[in-house]
Amino acid sequence: MYVELKNVNKTFGDYQASEQVSFGIPKGKLIGLLGPSGSGKTTILRMIAGLESPDSGDILIDGNRINHVAASKRGIGFVFQSYALFRYMTVYDNVAFGLKVKKVPKNEIEERVFYMIRLVGLEGMEKRYPHQLSGGQKQRVAFARALAPNPHLLLLDEPFAAIDAKVRTELREWLKKMINTLKITSIFVTHDQDEAIEIADQIIVTNKGRIEQIGIPAEIYKKPATPFVAKFIGHSSLLDQGIRFRGFEAVENLSQAVIRPEFVKVARKGTLKEHMSAAEEGRIEEISFRGDSYEIKVKVNEIVVTANRSLEKEELHLGETVDVLIYRIYVFDGNVARLVQNANMVDSNFIFI
Amino acid sequence: MKKTSQQGRLVPRLLVIVSILFLIVMLVLPIVTVLVNALKNGWNEYAAAVSDQYTIKAMQLTLVATITAVLINTFFGLFAAWLISKFKFRGRKMLTTFLDIPFAVSPVIAGLIFFLTFGRIGWAYDILNKINFQIVFAVPGIILATIFVTMPFISREIIPVMSLQSEEEEAAALMGAKGFTIFRKVTLPHIKWALLYGIILCSARAMGEFGAVSVLSGHLRGKTNTLPLHVEILYNEYQYSQAFAVSSILVIFAIVILIVRNIVEYKGRKESEQ
Repeated sequence: MYVELKNVNKTFGDYQASEQVSFGIPKGKLIGLLGPSGSGKTTILRMIAGLESPDSGDILIDGNRINHVAASKRGIGFVFQSYALFRYMTVYDNVAFGLKVKKVPKNEIEERVFYMIRLVGLEGMEKRYPHQLSGGQKQRVAFARALAPNPHLLLLDEPFAAIDAKVRTELREWLKKMINTLKITSIFVTHDQDEAIEIADQIIVTNKGRIEQIGIPAEIYKKPATPFVAKFIGHSSLLDQGIRFRGFEAVENLSQAVIRPEFVKVARKGTLKEHMSAAEEGRIEEISFRGDSYEIKVKVNEIVVTANRSLEKEELHLGETVDVLIYRIYVFDGNVARLVQNANMVDSNFIFI
Repeated sequence: MKKTSQQGRLVPRLLVIVSILFLIVMLVLPIVTVLVNALKNGWNEYAAAVSDQYTIKAMQLTLVATITAVLINTFFGLFAAWLISKFKFRGRKMLTTFLDIPFAVSPVIAGLIFFLTFGRIGWAYDILNKINFQIVFAVPGIILATIFVTMPFISREIIPVMSLQSEEEEAAALMGAKGFTIFRKVTLPHIKWALLYGIILCSARAMGEFGAVSVLSGHLRGKTNTLPLHVEILYNEYQYSQAFAVSSILVIFAIVILIVRNIVEYKGRKESEQ
């Protein structure tokens, strides 16, 4: 493990920002710290950078305990949420700053700065000031500035939060490609699950100062370890009054259950050709257009579940009575999660995409 | 339609006229009076009054006191602002309040405080006497009083702008920059205009200081007389035209400072709009 945290605790007044945080990050990977706001993810990042110090626990980089190493000596690149570009310096001087501080010879600085500026695609903008750049360009300068002194670890705090949606997707792909080319170990903080799932090699899910789960995106998505993760990832519906669906009568020992939209099929009454014995009847409560699909909320046995429906299929209407087929449900017993299949359709080889 | 637009123009015009009249009565007329009275007995007498050896001494002392006060207040003002805006510690609010005391306390009382501390009846008198250092009725007293009275100007101006910016400093620190480099390269450009503005206000106030200085000066002509004190002495001696002549020097200083102030304010605003 290249970066390691062991039982790290941190409190601000009576607010516990980190509680027994432990994890390890392999070299060269892009890691996403994912959690809702106030879950302590930025605090973890700032402690690794040395901008905050933990109350207890160890932070190790490359096997060395760095708790008492000053932030300036850790050799870490940091990209701030608001970029924190030096507003009275040009793009060139911003990128050159770290090298000048290190007293690198002038010709080397020039070479490196021009290389970085070319790398982030901002040729010809060396003489501009931050206020003359767009959000995406500022982001690129911040990235070039953080990487110019050749850090061995790059930390990014909500790197795309301040950028509009269209440019954001573009920048995400760009960043992933960039980090893959440079092979630099990186950790980024985000509250956006799509962002984390799309670009991270590994995701660390945080909640209330604790680590909920660590794993590759597919694992986090398919096998949530805790109720929180199951609820936080995907657009899930929470069932907290027990499961009253056909095919799930045998489920016992549950405190909570979660249904993802992709676990639910909604069909016009009477059009369901298979698994009639597994289906329930429901009434459409809400239909919202999501651009590439409809999100439909159906009330089944007094429980509202969410489903997606392709635009290709015939349109359903508000208040319509429909057939609802529930394939599987996440069931939680305390802090243990398991996936339960609909018992009435287990014998089938139906695959739902 | 026509009527309302005329009415709409009437109110601002009226306000402008009232303001101009007010400024003429309160500001322009007195200043003109000073200049007219100063030149009443002809240019030669004016030149004589201004180039009188005591006037020149007083001018020198005023400049020395002003420059020293500005330098010291800039230095400590920067430190105080840095401390208050960058660190969180117990008693931070208290320190901010203490910095404002010179604004609240009457200058005469400020003078008395030093008089009672360092004067013949003060506890520090014997110690100072042993090392042969005189504060009261001497130049150090004048400088001390000026520093005290003008202390809050610079820190007050820079604390708000300094508090705004911390991520840029963190970014610089993470790249390995040391405290002074961060201050010089990141903080100073940011607070530059506020600092200059504070320095200008501080200079203007230092030059005109009368109350505290008056208590500590002892009015020794050519030794501990600043320009405002010199004006008072001349006035009390019924040398009106000389008094007005010396006053005109202060008026000219004030006008120069006001012009510089406006330039600084304009440039600062233009830069922050970018």
